[in-house]
Amino acid sequence: MTTPLSAPLEIQFDYTRSLGPVLSKFMTALAEQRILGSRSADGRVHVPPAEYDPVTFSAPTDLVEVGPEGSVLTWSWQPEPAEGQPLSHPFGWAFIRLDGADTGLLHAVDAGSADQMRTGMRVRPRWAPERSGHIRDIQCFEPAAKDADTRSSAEKSATASDVTMITTPIKLHYQHSASAEESRYLRALRAGKIIGQRCPACGKVYVPPRGACPTDGVPTTTDVELPDHGTVTTFCVVNVPFQGQRVPSPYVAASVLLDGADIAFQHLILGCDPADVRMGMRVRAVWRPREQWGTTSENIDHFEPTGEPDAPYESYAHHL
Amino acid sequence: MRDVAVVGFAEAPSVRRTDATTNGVEMLVPIFHEVLADTGLSRTDIDFWCSGSSDYLAGRAFSFVSAVDAIGAFPPVMESHVEMDGAWALYEAWVKVLTGDADVALAYGFGKSSAGSLRRVLALQLDPYTVAPLWPDSVSIAALQARLGIEAGRWTERDMAEVVVRSRAAARTNPRAQLAGHVKADELLAEPYLADPLRAHDCAPITDGAAVVIIAAEGRAHEICDRPAWITGFEHRIDSGSLGSRDLLTSPSTVAAATAAGLHSVHVAELHAPFTHQEIVLRDALGLGDATRVSPSGGALSGNAMFAAGLARIGWAARQLLSGDASTALGHATSGPALQQNLVCVMEAR
Repeated sequence: MTTPLSAPLEIQFDYTRSLGPVLSKFMTALAEQRILGSRSADGRVHVPPAEYDPVTFSAPTDLVEVGPEGSVLTWSWQPEPAEGQPLSHPFGWAFIRLDGADTGLLHAVDAGSADQMRTGMRVRPRWAPERSGHIRDIQCFEPAAKDADTRSSAEKSATASDVTMITTPIKLHYQHSASAEESRYLRALRAGKIIGQRCPACGKVYVPPRGACPTDGVPTTTDVELPDHGTVTTFCVVNVPFQGQRVPSPYVAASVLLDGADIAFQHLILGCDPADVRMGMRVRAVWRPREQWGTTSENIDHFEPTGEPDAPYESYAHHL
Repeated sequence: MRDVAVVGFAEAPSVRRTDATTNGVEMLVPIFHEVLADTGLSRTDIDFWCSGSSDYLAGRAFSFVSAVDAIGAFPPVMESHVEMDGAWALYEAWVKVLTGDADVALAYGFGKSSAGSLRRVLALQLDPYTVAPLWPDSVSIAALQARLGIEAGRWTERDMAEVVVRSRAAARTNPRAQLAGHVKADELLAEPYLADPLRAHDCAPITDGAAVVIIAAEGRAHEICDRPAWITGFEHRIDSGSLGSRDLLTSPSTVAAATAAGLHSVHVAELHAPFTHQEIVLRDALGLGDATRVSPSGGALSGNAMFAAGLARIGWAARQLLSGDASTALGHATSGPALQQNLVCVMEAR
């Protein structure tokens, strides 16, 4: 049994988030090297600020400055930092109760080694040189010197203009696997063949294949080699340009039902005036040059009319 | 209000890496057939289907839709989905049956954690403004909770290791468990830290898998099996999303869910504890005494198919009642960082 095909799947996007009145003040203060907490009705100071008290649901009465130093409430060690974390050498995670706060702020502590971490140790923020109003304006925390260090208060930034949005880049990495049926289909495409799959219960042929027949819920187990020509069951003419468009409009996107298949798939029709495309039109695949073939349905560049008489409506009516 | 019972359960083998796709279809088809065969039902007997999974494991939005191929959804079926553990899909199914919209319902959960980096993906459950941008992974968050308990005198690293010893031993009776066998606390404690104070054995394994549970209303339940597992309480609660302001040692949401579910004492409790210290937190939150058998399946530490493991705990608890090995049981499921959200399903035999 050959192993299924797999390929890397890389996801990348930047979330842009509006902050609202409470977090906007918090993030703006970070740009100014200040840390704010919210005071709730019971007098507790939450850091980061809570837009609403988690127990009473009341809005905070006011925002107060806390820290800059604080104490570690608890910690863990990160020996192999993961992508995106605050530091790329080993560091500690900690809940830090900043002076004046009643809750813990989760952040990194650049202690050097696990034996330098201690519940109760004093830490102070290391500010990023460039700040934009973001939790990462605090690069990390570091052990605070025993004697009071007045540098941090002397280096206060000028007042920043209100920060109302933050951007959070997201990068995720996956290894996407094709199913055994999909893998046979893709490997066959590399050899210039189209393989569909027949359901043992209803006898229908699916192309591309699926993990189970969606009608019967059983695996499709029989490979059926299909010809590379068939019938247009329905289509649309794309007139609107869009980002990433590969073919200049107008062009035809059609549902193509290969001879012997029971479901149609979407593909491109070229080689004729879009106005000439019609339901029932007979088409054949136009393959890319053989040396470009891989395990991909992109081996077929598009479909073009064969010139045969149209397929009768009854031959594809069931597949609309 | 109608009485509803669990009447069937099946679980896919818990494996480190499946060749199946992230759609879950290949893992689900065999267990759908198994649970339907066990209950003597056909797929057309199911009035409502509900799935639990997360597209974040697949890296593709709406990938969960493809799982419906495993149902054989023709004629068209009534179905739903939650981006949660299948235990919450079961909760939705239970509500459907209570309202009379369905008499027999099937909930399923599945997850292929091996497709991505689970520890990293779960960072995206955290507060998106002030925490997630630091990418704290799920193991590090649990480790913070573990040290809090150690330093408060609630448990020791040895207590945590003993949880694994019991879990692996219990799992020897479960042929579909991923980790089972005879281990000793001293050997475990000699291993290096993974995320001080957690060692690798303190964390549930990375697991690909799936689970399915069938429930039925009173009249139908008696037709389907001899000893239905009657649901007497089914509740879920959630703690604050602000990690640093939560009480991480007592799991208030578990206490609240259990109280609302009318939990007293049970013979068997299947606990969804992906970390050893969390089993201790949950035992205390649920008020479980020595008379209660905890996680006889081996629990999540023996196999933790994401989005299926919580549903599987309910299934395993129900199985004890279906087989006549116990007369009261509970299944617990959790979601979110450090036991943020908790669900309790209390069942009894009659």
